[in-house]
Amino acid sequence: MKRFLLKGVIKDKGRSLLPIIVVATGTMLTVVMYSWLTGIMGDSIRMNANFNTGELKVMTKAYAADAEQFPNDLAILNADTLLVELKEFEPEVDWVKRIRFGALADFPDANGETRGQAPAVGWAIDLFNEESKESARFNLQESIVQGVMPVNTGEVLISDELARRFEVKPGESFTLFGSTMDGGFAFYNLTVSGTLLFGATGLDRGAIVMDISDAQKAFGMEGACSEILGFLPYTYFNSDKAEAIKTIYNQSVDARQSEDEFAPVMITLRDQAGMAEMVEYTDFVSRIMVFIFVSAMAIVLWNGGLLGGLRRYGEFGIRLAMGESKGHIYRTLLFEALLIGTIGSIVGTVIGFLIVLYLNIHGVDMSGMMQNSTMVMPTVVRTAITPTTYYIGFIPGIFSMILGNALAGVGIYKRETARLFNELEV
Amino acid sequence: MDNPIIVTLEKVTKRFPAGKTEFTALNKIELTFRKGEFSGLVGPSGSGKTTLLNIIGSLDCPSEGVATVLGKNISSLSHKESAELRNYGIGFIFQTYNLLPVYSVYDNVEFALLLQKISAPKRRKAVMDALEWVGLADRAKSRPSTLSGGECQRVAIARAMVKRPALVLADEPSANLDSQNSHMIVQTMKRLNRELNTTFIFSTHDEKVMQYLDRIIYLKDGMVERDERKSED
Ligand SMILES: Nc1ncnc2c1ncn2[C@@H]1O[C@H](COP(=O)(O)OP(=O)(O)O)[C@@H](O)[C@H]1O
Ligand SMILES: [Mg+2]
Repeated sequence: MKRFLLKGVIKDKGRSLLPIIVVATGTMLTVVMYSWLTGIMGDSIRMNANFNTGELKVMTKAYAADAEQFPNDLAILNADTLLVELKEFEPEVDWVKRIRFGALADFPDANGETRGQAPAVGWAIDLFNEESKESARFNLQESIVQGVMPVNTGEVLISDELARRFEVKPGESFTLFGSTMDGGFAFYNLTVSGTLLFGATGLDRGAIVMDISDAQKAFGMEGACSEILGFLPYTYFNSDKAEAIKTIYNQSVDARQSEDEFAPVMITLRDQAGMAEMVEYTDFVSRIMVFIFVSAMAIVLWNGGLLGGLRRYGEFGIRLAMGESKGHIYRTLLFEALLIGTIGSIVGTVIGFLIVLYLNIHGVDMSGMMQNSTMVMPTVVRTAITPTTYYIGFIPGIFSMILGNALAGVGIYKRETARLFNELEV
Repeated sequence: MDNPIIVTLEKVTKRFPAGKTEFTALNKIELTFRKGEFSGLVGPSGSGKTTLLNIIGSLDCPSEGVATVLGKNISSLSHKESAELRNYGIGFIFQTYNLLPVYSVYDNVEFALLLQKISAPKRRKAVMDALEWVGLADRAKSRPSTLSGGECQRVAIARAMVKRPALVLADEPSANLDSQNSHMIVQTMKRLNRELNTTFIFSTHDEKVMQYLDRIIYLKDGMVERDERKSED
């Protein structure tokens, strides 16, 4: 029987062509839009993770309570000991020390008088260590506009925008004013080795990137760091895995030192401002999208099914006469829908995937549209290819086809056998 | 004639709604058909022939009266049970052939057996036998659109006969055929009637068909006007 139905679907173009085109189109759009969306979101999440949140983050409990302010008086004191512990605890994860700070950058003129001052947001990362992945994580090499990477203590990168505003050239020096870890006044002289354009809105205004040893000296934080970030070895953020690591770690810390406000605490990317919303927003929008496609396609396919059904009343009549029950005919219609939906979904997914692949390789420059955004977002958007890319289209494809045929097939139930049968007579 | 009775119609009446009133298409029909009969309903258009065949074929129910077919009271069957009765007991042949156009001759005939869950080798044998009976074994792979009207009707006969039903209902089977093909298909059915002892009930107003019938029931305005048996000569 199944072979019989498959033959019918393949041979009867009137039965299968329109639905296959509709299903394939909807499937293709779903695949492309989903990949586009996860591409934007995935890249944004990735950038945020790289610059700010990590996929996992360890701070002192006290620091965590107020983390956006970079309260370095509450920093992790014995950073290297903790780092070793973390590496033992979860060797798969790349653990890195960071110091985050807000400070005032003071650019002097030729006489050493203040030419201008600007607030700067600082990232102190492991720059000088050969094995460090941090400069790749910040995409520093590719982001340098003028000058070179820092190689010596005291050399830093500043945002190109900041450099232009105060006409600072690589090789020139400036002073950073801030506060030390124990509340004192800090000032520290630095040399600009190069300027940076990240191509990410929100980062290019006043960023300063330096090696962590310089920040430790500048702010009296020897041996300390603001936070330790962890990066999982996957292309896309694996929320479940991160949550699992976090839970185990925090339980083990609590067991040892639950009262200590300087005890380390671990959070994931999701726990940080805006990130959970971003992850959930992606899921939400893709669900809405699938729902819209299912509804729209089901309506089209329902009508297609009704027209096809009218054309096939003769066939249904003869099948009833030959002793097939209405229920069986109805089920064969659903099975046909499954076949057509599957064929259409395969076609649509293949075409959609080719488009996704093209956009994944070439990307689309969206910088014009995001000039005023303060979010850390990439300006060249690429589609993402995830395991979901391969099956997401099948959900609206098959579901809408079955729904469409199920609705259209109700007509068969409503008709009396004799009437269906009488329609045979011309 | 001592063959068992397989169809009994007792006061079978069928009314159709016609506007605010009702139209009586069949009026207290009293008939029986025995196994192996080769009989026909004859009457002008609108006399109720198709309506009566539909009731015998369990596609429709009488408004009043009792129709018993192959031991089953048609009115008391569920939709599924009546489908079952048609599937195993009754073959249909129509004026307009009604072959499924997208399928081959072979597939069209096989379909009846697919519903019966018969094993593939048995199906194959039965289909080829049935095509043999109607002389179309060599056209098994053809599409209906490449066949003549006569050939199509012979495929329809094979399709009705392949499951070897006790009863075959043929509603004006020759109406779309020329004289030569009309003779041919009725002769084919007559032969199968003898060889397989299948009961045939025709509806027709075609003289060429009537001459082969052993029994002719004349219908007029939904009533049996005459019931004539050909004397055995
Ligand atoms: N489903 C129906 N609804 C209303 N009237 C019907 C229906 N089927 C048949 N009739 C009427 O019943 C009468 C007998 O029809 P039918 O059995 O088709 O006659 P025949 O086959 O002898 O030409 C006709 O007048 C026809 O219009
Ligand atoms: Mg008729």
